[in-house]
Amino acid sequence: MSGPLSGSGPLLRVGVRFAPSTRNLSPEALKKIDEAIARYPEKRSALLPALWIAQQEQGYCAPRAQEQIAEKIGVSPSFVASVVSFYTMYHTQPVGRHVIDVCTTVSCWLRGSDALVAHLERKLGIRVGETTADKRFTLRTVECLGSCGTAPMCQIGDDYHEDLTHERIDAVLSGLS
Amino acid sequence: MGALNEKVLTLNVGYEDQTSIDAAMKRGTWSRLKKALSMGPDALVEEVKKSGLRGRGGAGFPAGVKWSFMPKQPAKPSYLVVNADESEPGTFKDRLLMERDPHLCLEGFLIAAFAIRASAVFIYIRGEFVAGWKALDRAIAEARAKGFIGKNVLNSGWDVDVILHRGAGAYICGEETALMESLEGKRGYPRLKPPFPAQHGVYGNPTTINNVETLACVPHIVERGAEWFAGIGREKNAGPKLYCLSGHVKRPGVYEAELGVPFETLFNEMGGGLLDPARRLKAVIPGGSSAAVLLPEECAGLTMDFDALAAKGTLLGSAGVMFMDDSVCMVRACERVLKFYAHESCGQCTPCRIGSDWIHRIVARIEAGGGTPEDPGTLVSVCDGMVGKTICVFADAAAIPAKSFVAKFRDAFDEHIMRKGCPMKPAPAAAGA
Repeated sequence: MSGPLSGSGPLLRVGVRFAPSTRNLSPEALKKIDEAIARYPEKRSALLPALWIAQQEQGYCAPRAQEQIAEKIGVSPSFVASVVSFYTMYHTQPVGRHVIDVCTTVSCWLRGSDALVAHLERKLGIRVGETTADKRFTLRTVECLGSCGTAPMCQIGDDYHEDLTHERIDAVLSGLS
Repeated sequence: MGALNEKVLTLNVGYEDQTSIDAAMKRGTWSRLKKALSMGPDALVEEVKKSGLRGRGGAGFPAGVKWSFMPKQPAKPSYLVVNADESEPGTFKDRLLMERDPHLCLEGFLIAAFAIRASAVFIYIRGEFVAGWKALDRAIAEARAKGFIGKNVLNSGWDVDVILHRGAGAYICGEETALMESLEGKRGYPRLKPPFPAQHGVYGNPTTINNVETLACVPHIVERGAEWFAGIGREKNAGPKLYCLSGHVKRPGVYEAELGVPFETLFNEMGGGLLDPARRLKAVIPGGSSAAVLLPEECAGLTMDFDALAAKGTLLGSAGVMFMDDSVCMVRACERVLKFYAHESCGQCTPCRIGSDWIHRIVARIEAGGGTPEDPGTLVSVCDGMVGKTICVFADAAAIPAKSFVAKFRDAFDEHIMRKGCPMKPAPAAAGA
C-alpha cells in the first residue's frame, strides 16, 4: 500500500521507542467500565466504550488494559485485540501527547491537504506516521473527517481545526503544550 | 410540488443557545413530541408514509414504509438505531444538525421510536465527532430531566431509553448491518440480508435504522402535516434537503433547498460558482465519493434528486456534492477516491478485500507513470468482478466511481500511460501557501 502516492505508514517507523505498558487500569476507570456495561442490554456492547476509557487513561489500548477489559466483558483477549485492530482511532502503541490527524480525502485534497501535510512534516521534522523526539506530536493522515466544507482541516485530540492555512496550523500548534 | 422558500431543518442552527433545551423549547422544539404521542404509532407511520419522506442516508428508501415493517405487537423489545456515523467523503450535514440543533434531532428520534414502538434508541455517532457527541450527550440529559426520556413519557404510558454510542473510526460502520455488529461490540462486518433489521436487528431484536437528517424531518411533518411536506420538491422526491458543497466552489458549506433543486441554483447561487472564476468546471461528484462522477455537460439542467441522478447513472447518495475545476488531474482524483476505499474495505469478502486495493494500485501506478496500455482494461475488469459480488454494497461504491472515471476521462488515463507520467501539476495549490 505505501507507494509514492500513499502517505500513511506504520506508526513509529523510526525514532522514538516506548516500552509497552503493563500498568493496570485505575479503579476509577474500572468503575466507569462497569457503568458502561450497565447501560446496555448485552455486556459486549460496552467493549468500544471500555476501550475509549482505557485509551483516555493510558493514551492507548495497552495489552494489559485489553486483558482487563476482556475479563470484565466476558470475551477472550484475542477477541478484544481483533476489535481494537479494526478501528483506526484506537492506538495499539503509545503515541505523542498530541496526535495530529490530517484529512487527505478528496475535498481536503482539492483544497491543499498535500501541501499542509508537507508543511507539517517540515515543521515537525518527522514523516507521516512518526512521533517527534520530545513525544509531543504524532503526525498521521486520515480519511474523510466530515468537515469537507471547511477544508483543509485536521483533528488534534477532540478538536477539529478547520479552514487551515499554514499560518493557522502554526498558531494552533504553538498553543499546545 | 415547489421550491423551498424558507428554512426548515436549518431554521435554528444559527442560534448560539439552540443547544440548550430551554432556548430550543422557546423556539418550538419538543412541542411536536406531545402531538405525536397523542396521534399514536399507527397514525404517525401513515403520516410519514403520506409525506413521501425518503431516507437521507443515501439509499432514499421511503421512511414510513420502513417503519411499517416493524411488529405491531412485539414479542421482544424493538429498537430504533440512529445512524450518525456520517463518513461518506463530501458529507457533513448531520454533523451540523447534531452540533447546532441536537434537540431537533433528539425530538425526531423519540417520535420515530414511539411510532415503531421501540423501547430504546441507540445513537451510533462516529468517533471523530466529539463536538456532536457532547451536544447530544447534554441534550439527552436535559430531555431526561424534562421527562421526554424515561418511564411514562409525558404520561403516555410509553417507556423509552436513549443510549449514545461512540464509534472509533471505520467508514463501513455507516452500513446499517455493520453498524449493528459494531454496536454489539464486534468488528464492523456487514451481515447478510435477509433477514432484514426489522426482523433481526440489534441483539436479534426488531430494529429500524434511520439517518439523522431523515429523523430531523419528522417533527416538522408532525407539526405541519404530510401534505405540506409532500408539496415541497419534486414528484416522489419530497421535502427539504441538506446539500453539502465542497471542493473548488467559492462558498462551500451546507445549504438547505427543496429536494430536486436545479444544479445551477446549487452551484451558482448557493455555492457562488467556482473558487477561481478564471477556471472551468471539469467534473462533479454529486452524492459523496461512492457516486459516479459527472461531466459539466451532464449537470446542465439536472435536478438534484434521487431519481434524476439515478437516471444519469449516478446517485444523490448523501448529497455530498464535490466540484473540481480544470486544475485537477482526473487520474489523480480517481486515485484519491480509490485510496479511501482501499483503506476502508472491511476485508470480509474477497472481491472487495482484494479488488479495492487492486484498483487503487492500478490507478496509482498510472498516475506515477508506470501504467501499461492494458491497465485501463484490467481496471474495468477488476471492477466488474466486484460489483454485486459481495455481502454489502461497499465493493460497488468503490468500483462504480472507478469505472466512471475511466469511462469519462479515458483520454487522461491514456495520456498518462503514453507519456509515462502525469501531464499536470502534481497537486492542487495549497490554501494560503
